[in-house]
Amino acid sequence: MTTFIQQLINGLMLGSVYALLALGYTMVYGIIKLINFAHGDIYMLGAYFGYFFIKVLHLNFFIALILAMVVSAVIGVVIEYIAYRPLRHSPRIAVLISALGISFFLENGMTYLYGSDQRSFPQAIKTVQYQFCGIQISNIQLIIAVTSIVLMLLLTYIVKNTKMGRAMRAVSADPDAASLMGININHTISFTFAIGSALAAAGGVLIGLYYNSIDPLMGMTPGLKAFVAAVLGGIGIIPGAAVGGWLIGILETMVQATPFSDYKDAIVYAMLIVILLIKPTGILGKNKREKV
Amino acid sequence: MDQAHIKYTLSWASLAAMGFILIFVAQMVGLIGHYGITTIVLIGINIIAALGLNLVVGISGQFSLGHAGFMAIGAYATALVMEVVPGVIGFILGMVSGIVVSGVIALVVGIPTLRLRGDYLAIATLGFAEIIRIVIMNLKITNGPAGIFGIAPFVSWQLVYVLAVITLIIVVNFVRSMPGQAIIAVRDNEIAAESLGINTTKYKVIAFVTGALFAAMAGSLRASFIQSIAPKDYAFMQSIMILIIIVIGGIGSMSGTVVTAIALGLLDTMLQNFGSLRMVIYAAILIVVMLIRPQGIFGSRELSLKKWLFDEGDRHGSDNTENA
Repeated sequence: MTTFIQQLINGLMLGSVYALLALGYTMVYGIIKLINFAHGDIYMLGAYFGYFFIKVLHLNFFIALILAMVVSAVIGVVIEYIAYRPLRHSPRIAVLISALGISFFLENGMTYLYGSDQRSFPQAIKTVQYQFCGIQISNIQLIIAVTSIVLMLLLTYIVKNTKMGRAMRAVSADPDAASLMGININHTISFTFAIGSALAAAGGVLIGLYYNSIDPLMGMTPGLKAFVAAVLGGIGIIPGAAVGGWLIGILETMVQATPFSDYKDAIVYAMLIVILLIKPTGILGKNKREKV
Repeated sequence: MDQAHIKYTLSWASLAAMGFILIFVAQMVGLIGHYGITTIVLIGINIIAALGLNLVVGISGQFSLGHAGFMAIGAYATALVMEVVPGVIGFILGMVSGIVVSGVIALVVGIPTLRLRGDYLAIATLGFAEIIRIVIMNLKITNGPAGIFGIAPFVSWQLVYVLAVITLIIVVNFVRSMPGQAIIAVRDNEIAAESLGINTTKYKVIAFVTGALFAAMAGSLRASFIQSIAPKDYAFMQSIMILIIIVIGGIGSMSGTVVTAIALGLLDTMLQNFGSLRMVIYAAILIVVMLIRPQGIFGSRELSLKKWLFDEGDRHGSDNTENA
């Protein structure tokens, strides 16, 4: 029982990071229907910025986290401006290839500049283990969970209660009608990319702190898993991303504790396929009927 | 078959033969070395895989990200059969079994998943390809992550060339056949096609399985040519590389696929000198090409020898509609 709860806690922690990443996928998908394959690489960039701010500039962890989020947000907007905006009215698959190009560019560019080796992320916060009825939890796990939840609540507030959030929802529902109502679509999309990238960067810095190592290809697998999480929860739906992220995180850590640990990724994908077959639009997705 | 059609077919055939002779002579006089031949074979293998994927993505409009999984099945089936049955017979047997297994799996995977639409199908096929790779990585018989070495080489550039041409002929004729036209109808408007009595799932599955067969063939050729295989060669990235070929060529354009596979293969060879900057340049070129021509180099059009050689487009305005 304690192992179960222990794994549940570890899974929730890992799932929080997937959820942070998945939110970016889901928002971008919701607004421009793009699977942003470069999103995992923003997560990697975020981790490198965090590394830079802590190791080189000796900043406090939380200041470094926020700065990394801000810089990554700017990069996200720049990427959208250069590689996605000119393709706004092109076939969707062209934007997808452009996103893949950006992904290759970031991965290989970082490898070229800083080498492909893993670097150890600075121990900005000393790890303290808490024992609680036989369950172990570290202060870093708590930081990850709390930071993710705070960011998710913040996002929910922005989307629900601010003018920009309303614009985001309007553009996602019907871009043409939104622009007729005087909403600047380009600004709204830029804003979406900024928020998504900031959340991804936060995920990157938190994972850097937790696993203690970063490398230029670190975004590939979590990027793919976060995308799976977004689809699982119902892509385009913000709470869905959180649900999907946590579900995948928990499943992964649970399988890790069984003899099938080598197959954990396969089991995650199998669950995805099963859920999609039962509910083709994801767990929280609504079934839209296609009009003739 | 009218005379113009025979002339047309013969000119395509002679174009294919000319390419063959050109490579042959260039190799004889030493213009193309061992390295050049490797490039040609890899281009040919990519052409076979990409034509198969274009049938799925371009013609039937089903977004599949799992092509590498079927390539892996072809490659591993070939390697495993060749361990038991050595020699050319083993290679042929391996390739055939790879194609058969791949087709069966595509059928089993396709029937339920092809009900999914668009990006949901993409993620489901991606998931299946990853499952195949992870299973291969954890099985004893496939030698886990290390892969299989010392596969006997039976693949020459001549074989790949001939198979690529045959693939092209099959795919192009398939697209023009009745089922091919039905598949296009399903792509263009599924609901309308269904209301005309077309069994949409059936045709989607036909395209998906055919694509998987060619992927397996490509994987099989690759295994014997490179003589070693490992699960990491068939990861998500491999599916993406094939997808890039068909999107840059122009989705649905078979000649676009062939031209792009050749162009990207040559580009890759040229960039070898740049070392670690290679992929950065490749990525930048990819983005720039997409920004300049989002619809792909050929769009949805095909290369038409008819227009070039016979200038028929203008003179026989009325009867060129049936085979443009």
